[in-house]
Amino acid sequence: MGELKLMKGNEALAEAAIRAGADAYFGYPITPQSEVIEYLMSEKPEERTGMVVLQAESEVASINMLYGAGGTGKKVMTSSSSPGISLMQEGLSYIAGAEIPCVVANVVRGGPGLGDIQPAQSDYFQAVKGGGHGDYRLIVLAPSSVQEMSDFVPLSFDLAFKYRTPVMIISDGLIGQMMEKVELFDQMDRLTDEEVIEKYPWATNGKPVGKERRILTSLDLDPHKLEKHNHHLQAKYREIEEKEVLSETLHCDDAEYIMVAYGSSARIAQKTIQLAREEGIKVGLIRPITLWPYPKKEIEKYVQKGIKGFLSVEMSMGQMVEDIRLVVEGRTKVEHFGRVGGVIHSPEEVLEALKQKLIGG
Amino acid sequence: MSGLTVQDIVKPENLVYKKTDLMTDKTLSYCPGCGHGTAHRLIMEVIEELGKEHETIGVAPVGCSVLAYEFMNVDMQEAAHGRAPAVATAIKRVWPGKVVFTYQGDGDLAAIGTAETIHACNRGEKIVIVFINNGIYGMTGGQMAPTTLPGMKTSTSPYGREVVAMGNPLKITELVAQLPGTYFVTRQAVHTAVAVRKAKKALKKAFQNQIDGKPGLSFVEIVSNCNSGWKMTPVDANIWMEENMFPFYQLGDIKKDGQLIEKK
Ligand SMILES: Cc1ncc(C[n+]2csc(CCOP(=O)(O)OP(=O)(O)O)c2C)c(N)n1
Ligand code: SF4
Ligand SMILES: [Mg+2]
Repeated sequence: MGELKLMKGNEALAEAAIRAGADAYFGYPITPQSEVIEYLMSEKPEERTGMVVLQAESEVASINMLYGAGGTGKKVMTSSSSPGISLMQEGLSYIAGAEIPCVVANVVRGGPGLGDIQPAQSDYFQAVKGGGHGDYRLIVLAPSSVQEMSDFVPLSFDLAFKYRTPVMIISDGLIGQMMEKVELFDQMDRLTDEEVIEKYPWATNGKPVGKERRILTSLDLDPHKLEKHNHHLQAKYREIEEKEVLSETLHCDDAEYIMVAYGSSARIAQKTIQLAREEGIKVGLIRPITLWPYPKKEIEKYVQKGIKGFLSVEMSMGQMVEDIRLVVEGRTKVEHFGRVGGVIHSPEEVLEALKQKLIGG
Repeated sequence: MSGLTVQDIVKPENLVYKKTDLMTDKTLSYCPGCGHGTAHRLIMEVIEELGKEHETIGVAPVGCSVLAYEFMNVDMQEAAHGRAPAVATAIKRVWPGKVVFTYQGDGDLAAIGTAETIHACNRGEKIVIVFINNGIYGMTGGQMAPTTLPGMKTSTSPYGREVVAMGNPLKITELVAQLPGTYFVTRQAVHTAVAVRKAKKALKKAFQNQIDGKPGLSFVEIVSNCNSGWKMTPVDANIWMEENMFPFYQLGDIKKDGQLIEKK
């Protein structure tokens, strides 16, 4: 069993970055995730593993630092919260286009604009539909506990390098700030420079003797070549959709109604299940763990089983609900419930919405 | 002399100049007479002479030199507009033993990327920044740059740069020289043989500083022409540059070995 600790979600994410053998973290403070860089700075990862930690001048700089260092084959990560993630969108698009692996954590807060510093899930569209320009995708993982804030870091690095693509860990102020018991995984070795050079021949870390130079760019002025590159990216995304979907179900076997919820909302929905079942309402939960690729097949399975309706429970005005509707295609009811602006819905409110929108309606 | 044939002339022992292998054989995408190509070649010659072909990572900007990676035969990354100093910072931080440089235009470095430029300089990143100041946005068709001279006509200052409304040209090189993080700051040109020799010496010093682990960033501005953007012939552009750009952007070292050079 790994080391047990009581930690904030943000701290667990930071500790996991060190333990996953990350080579560098670049970031800029913003509530509710400043603990990530604060924790890293206090841990002196330079001494623990040789990991570089640098406070950048802005999120624009941080994401471009990921482009640079990630492009040399090193394991790099940043974290921020909603407004900062908005600033990173151009960089993320370049990173996706140039196929550079990296991990970006978004601890979402209420919006739009400066919004507030309370938890929200209103950055779903930005994360899963490609918030920057051009046809690209991020792999998006949604932890719903402090444990997963830790566990998803090495998983994200694995996916980022497997597909040479940016991966986002999307949580919210609740998961970032709350303290829970977490079992930390053991320290993994950082790759040596020689191993990086050996493993990632595409990386720009100095032209190898007797070989061609490496170029990382998202530019191609020849439209036919750029079209081809886009098809290449799409083929990669189809493979990810085929192989990397993660989700969890709870009490779906006998369910007449299903809530679909991720992250904090999934935690709240668990309590709603208990309250509902005490009243004899048979409700279950599908928890998407990857928001992109979306667990379409899991939802389809329950459509086929004749579920009476889905309720998308999310702290947004109704974003993920659109992805459920895309699967369901009108075959059964799909409704949305969620509080926004940093307000967290209660299990009772969710139950009430379930009754009014699906059962009674 | 009359007995010499072509065969005699091309003998290896008669070779006085050879294009460095660190420039690819691709035809340059630059307008004839543009300074970008010369600046590229000088950087590559310096890297070759310093024996760092296999240890160099260059960062190209967005601007006319966005395709620098097509011509420079070393590992290269193409950065987003203005972000090259952040990209280079990170590369150097995770590969401190490598040689890292950025190549940026004035719009890239002194407008959209001002924050990244100043902060990389201020942190004293051990990189080289090569800054091509042609007083205009060449790539996008000749719009006003932060470095455009007062009264100078561009497509977005068609009646001349009006400083009250449009601001004064920014001497970002003098500005970064004030920061403790810069170790060597110089302004050069590449329009004549003499200027080319001086510029190459300055570039070599800049890269040597990095290789020697000198504390701070080396910043080499090259005041260059943009005959297309200025709407002049290459020859006229160089004359105009000497008469108008150089009095405002004075050539020479501004900071050496971490010390500002006193103006007499
Ligand atoms: C975010 C963004 N904004 C604007 C542009 C358009 N753009 C491309 S190059 C350029 C100006 C380049 O000028 P400069 O840096 O002086 O380089 P030059 O072409 O003169 O060498 C601009 C505005 C862009 N590519 N990206
Ligand atoms: S537009 Fe200007 S800067 Fe660009 S290649 Fe032509 S002369 Fe050079
Ligand atoms: Mg310019």
